[in-house]
Amino acid sequence: MAAETGLFSVQQTIGTVLCCKCGIPMAPNAANMCVKCLCSEVDITEGLQKQLTIMHCPDCESYLQPPRTWIKAQLESKELLTFCIKRLRNLNKVKLVHAEFVWTEPHSKRIKVKLKVQKEVLQGAILEQSYVAEYVVQDHLCESCSRIQANPDQWVASVQLRQHVPHRRTFFFLEQLILKHGAAASAIRIKQMDQGIDFFFSNRSHGVKFVEFVGKVAPIRSRHDKQLVSHDPKSNIHNHKHTFSVEISPICREDLICLPPKVAVSLGNLGPLVICTKVTNAIALLDPFTLRHCFLDADQYWRTSFRSLLTSRQLVEYVVLDIENVSTEVNVAGSKYMLAYAQVARVSDFGRNDTMFSIKTHLGHILNPGDYALGYDLYGANSNDMELEKYKGLELPEAILIKKSYEEKRQRKHGKPRSWKLKSLSMDVDDKTKVDENKMNSEYEQFLRDLEENPDLRFNISLYRNREYQPSEITDGEDGPSVPLEELLADLDLSEGEGDDAMNE
Amino acid sequence: MATRLMFENSCEIGVFSKLTNSYCLVAIGGSEDFYSTFEAELGAVIPVVKTSIHGTRIIGRLCAGNKNGLLLPHTTTDQELQHLRNSLPDQVVVQRIQERLSALGNTIACNDHVALAHTDLDRETEDLIADVLGVEVFRQTVAGNDLVGSYCSFTNRGGLVHPHTSIEDLDELSTLLQVPLVAGTVNRGSAVIAAGLTANDWTAFCGSDTSATELSVIESVFKLREAQPSSIVEEMRKSLIDSYV
Repeated sequence: MAAETGLFSVQQTIGTVLCCKCGIPMAPNAANMCVKCLCSEVDITEGLQKQLTIMHCPDCESYLQPPRTWIKAQLESKELLTFCIKRLRNLNKVKLVHAEFVWTEPHSKRIKVKLKVQKEVLQGAILEQSYVAEYVVQDHLCESCSRIQANPDQWVASVQLRQHVPHRRTFFFLEQLILKHGAAASAIRIKQMDQGIDFFFSNRSHGVKFVEFVGKVAPIRSRHDKQLVSHDPKSNIHNHKHTFSVEISPICREDLICLPPKVAVSLGNLGPLVICTKVTNAIALLDPFTLRHCFLDADQYWRTSFRSLLTSRQLVEYVVLDIENVSTEVNVAGSKYMLAYAQVARVSDFGRNDTMFSIKTHLGHILNPGDYALGYDLYGANSNDMELEKYKGLELPEAILIKKSYEEKRQRKHGKPRSWKLKSLSMDVDDKTKVDENKMNSEYEQFLRDLEENPDLRFNISLYRNREYQPSEITDGEDGPSVPLEELLADLDLSEGEGDDAMNE
Repeated sequence: MATRLMFENSCEIGVFSKLTNSYCLVAIGGSEDFYSTFEAELGAVIPVVKTSIHGTRIIGRLCAGNKNGLLLPHTTTDQELQHLRNSLPDQVVVQRIQERLSALGNTIACNDHVALAHTDLDRETEDLIADVLGVEVFRQTVAGNDLVGSYCSFTNRGGLVHPHTSIEDLDELSTLLQVPLVAGTVNRGSAVIAAGLTANDWTAFCGSDTSATELSVIESVFKLREAQPSSIVEEMRKSLIDSYV
């Protein structure tokens, strides 16, 4: 200041005064007392809580935050320290500078926290003092644990998620969505059932929330029932068990559908042969011959719940012999298609006979002569679909190609681990239904391939880096589709129980 | 020696008394204890006068004086002025002055030769101080405080100043005053020196909160251990004789 104004200022040296109590020389302060004397004079920790009792649930390792919240915390963890400090009363009267645990034997049922506090005393002198607060840990089962202790299978709401299709692809995908959004975090048990999964919740609202979540990601219809377990007429308390029956539409991605006439008309004479390109809470339908597309939301679908004509299990591999583009590339609902005429032959026929099909396909942009493609063989199929019969004089094409096949390229990679992996929900398996392990594995493998081929599908789920994967040095130019490295999340290494973690997240 | 005392449970005895080398003023209190302590210490040497100024007891803060004179604020009543003129020795000039900053005890600090004054005092007041008290007047601050009368207390032999006074300021002040100065506290750490302490050349009174350390600082800086009224007179006489010879 003085330098700025150019005025001369005398240098000020702080002198010493004698401490008014003990007489040692010291720099003058507001109380004009040395720190030791000040400490002996005033105790700023006076009135602060130094011992208190906290409730600890030994089952779930959580501590009671009155009135009724239980906070999960490990010994010596940051959360526990926060909790311990929050429990101290009158701490707002001083300024907390530092807090740390003093180690105690875990079985001593004592937690000690060393706190350092500051407070202004005697006209502006700030005093710092540390003290130890002791917490007596009392074991007390929390509400949910004591309920589980009484009866481990006590659920209040169950959500029965079902899809009546022969495969579990939808559930693999749904599992990833649930993990990503932590939708089933509050589930107390998850059980794998035939054609679906059962979720059990300790609270009705958790169940409702979960059903709502599923309703946002899949076309569902649900109904809700409750059963009276017990009731207390005097205080008007009723205990119910709630069951939510949730059915997911059987239409899956890549299914071939013959639309019922009514639906076809209401969608502006779409189809009637359409393929399903995407299933979210609405079903996206594409007419492969005209590239018209349309969304069918859950309501519309369940009004006339049709089934698919052919499903992805019935896909047949074709070899593309020739391709002739009809239109230029068009963008339909976010994905690109190109109409083309193709000459294809079934791989099973290839080299045996001369059966060839001249068909129209919407995959002109990715198919080249010599490529392999998967499609539905309507020529060889013996379909007895009610809807199909309603269309008199509908000429069925001989084949409808659905996607390019990467089978050959994949064979080269066969056996090598993927560079990524997925987490999974820990599910109990229903012992009444037999699970075909082989079928399950091959379906899961198919699902993983779908993820690799389809960036759209990956969009909503979390892939994790696989630590065991060693990238090979030799890379040949044309590789099958794979997931780019930047899409992967580094896995939080939570060591042993990966399944358990998935539950908690 | 310094004496510790209290005025009606208050340790700020400098507020309720004014001690100089030729007289002592004390406030009229409910208890005679305060007065009698002064009387016992000083009665034989100088007059101890009970008075009020403008009807209040905070006389130590309202008036300023030394052995030559006494300055009173304009709020002093005629009766009080008359009472003081009657009670004080004849050579002490009692003067009422017109000054806006009427708490003269807070704005003026003096011994028998020099005075420090608040920087905002009137020019006329400054002249009056010089004339009435027979001192040289310096406008100064003590540790950045304008109220020099509150934050320092000095006699012809030494002085105590605000504890936050820097060493440079201390040097400057003691050069001006020509007495040794020390930064210190009274009343167990209080920085308001003049409120807790009143002193003249051979004795001092301080609030009863004053600790032994503070007391020893006060006694050593005011040189009270060897001081007796008679010894001062001796010394004076010696110098007088010196000058005669």
